[in-house]
Amino acid sequence: MITRAPAPEGHPFDEVLSGWLFREAETRAVEADSFQNPGMLEVERAAEIWSTPEGTAGKSCETCHGDVSESMKGVGAHYPKWDKDANRPINIELQIDKCRTEQMGAEPYKFDAKDQKAMTALIKNQSLGEPMSVDLSQGDMQSWWDRGKDTYYTRTGQLNLSCSNCHEDSMGNMIRADHLSQGQVNGFPTYRLKQSALVSLHNRFRGCIRDTRAEFPKAFSDELMALEVYVTWRGTGLSVETPAVRQ
Amino acid sequence: AVTFAGTANAADTAPNDVAFNEMQVSESLTGMPGDPAAGADAFKNRKLGNCLACHTTTAMESELFHGNVGPDLDGAGSRWTEAQLRAIVVDAKQVFGPDSRMPGFYSLHVGKNVAEKFHGKTILSAQDVENIVAFLVTLKDE
Ligand code: HEC
Ligand code: HEC
Ligand code: HEC
Repeated sequence: MITRAPAPEGHPFDEVLSGWLFREAETRAVEADSFQNPGMLEVERAAEIWSTPEGTAGKSCETCHGDVSESMKGVGAHYPKWDKDANRPINIELQIDKCRTEQMGAEPYKFDAKDQKAMTALIKNQSLGEPMSVDLSQGDMQSWWDRGKDTYYTRTGQLNLSCSNCHEDSMGNMIRADHLSQGQVNGFPTYRLKQSALVSLHNRFRGCIRDTRAEFPKAFSDELMALEVYVTWRGTGLSVETPAVRQ
Repeated sequence: AVTFAGTANAADTAPNDVAFNEMQVSESLTGMPGDPAAGADAFKNRKLGNCLACHTTTAMESELFHGNVGPDLDGAGSRWTEAQLRAIVVDAKQVFGPDSRMPGFYSLHVGKNVAEKFHGKTILSAQDVENIVAFLVTLKDE
């Protein structure tokens, strides 16, 4: 697992650090052992969904993609990707919905449906260990990166704090009981022990924004998709750790 | 007296009327001295100051989970005058500059998209600020 990597050019840090490094020893151990990692139960459950037909076309993911461990190997490490049809970047959640609606005749998942989180974790888990990168040369990815960067440095809410105030300026400090990490995305969806459930990335983004006492944008909105593009870039070179384990 | 965060009292100085002079606010916001014991409570209460999210101080040793985003506050009552401490709590950016990470606790200079239920409200009431300032004044060097 690459938990430290040299930062890409133009990054505020010299080194990018996985959130894993900031967690307690027990939490780290649970994540690193796939037999103990409770998130793996959801990944296994998703492997069944993978081969279960759904929707009017009578197809399953397996019908088209075959063995998930072969067809999806390394795929999740390079999202968000430019989507020509939508003319915007999409993440794994939206790619799954795309296949469900366009290929299977099934409904898109509701945001944060249990199966959406599990399927996303299944796809990302096929990139376990693979270094993350996003291709900013596709479509308009660069302007989405710019927009995400703007959001990252914008102070929000009554507490008047930006992502950078916590994850860049205060990285390594304690904020109450929490050890502030770089706020990297490489472990998502993560398994939260406190909630006994997977937590999606956009849920986490919204939680951090809400904590500044601000209104938070809709999941998969342009604003949060741009943020996902930018924050994923901030973790370039870190191994995918999905499902990472958090307190 | 019972106080509610963010509710204004007619006699209180309104947030936009607080007079900063050379990084000091000399007048009590309520016209009355604060109560240090009530201030210690508001200091640690997560729904009020939640100052422990970012600060340690020996006076709060028995509390769990102190943050260290900001400096340790031991001796703050010796380093700063009461008028300076009031300025810091009311709007830290007036003292430390616009890049400070410390929120303004009695200020309407806030970030974007403030949640509806906090619109036009300050984090603390004038009374809470006075109480917290009275508590900070007690944090003297040995
Ligand atoms: C009828 C065929 C079909 C079915 C069923 C199907 N897909 Fe796809 N899938 C495709 C095609 C075609 C593409 C590439 C074009 C695109 O992006 O839509 C694709 C692309 C993908 C990708 C992106 C691969 C990459 O390299 O970026 C993922 C992830 C994916 N599918 C997941 C799923 C999942 C999960 C399911 C089941 C819920 C599923 N697919 C069902 C046809 C299908
Ligand atoms: C008031 C402080 C604060 C602000 C502002 C904040 N965060 Fe966080 N964030 C936290 C804390 C605390 C955690 C949990 C501990 C950790 O991983 O740093 C966290 C965790 C995260 C995580 C999960 C990291 C992991 O490894 O599990 C991500 C991603 C994240 N934040 C992104 C953001 C983004 C993007 C923004 C701005 C939209 C933001 N945060 C704003 C405090 C904050
Ligand atoms: C989100 C973080 C944060 C919170 C919450 C916070 N502070 Fe601060 N505080 C800081 C930082 C950071 C500084 C250092 C000055 C600077 O760089 O802005 C500071 C500085 C101070 C100082 C001057 C320190 C010294 O000894 O020189 C005092 C006094 C202070 N804070 C009191 C408080 C009180 C009282 C509260 C709660 C009502 C509070 N702070 C809440 C971050 C915070």
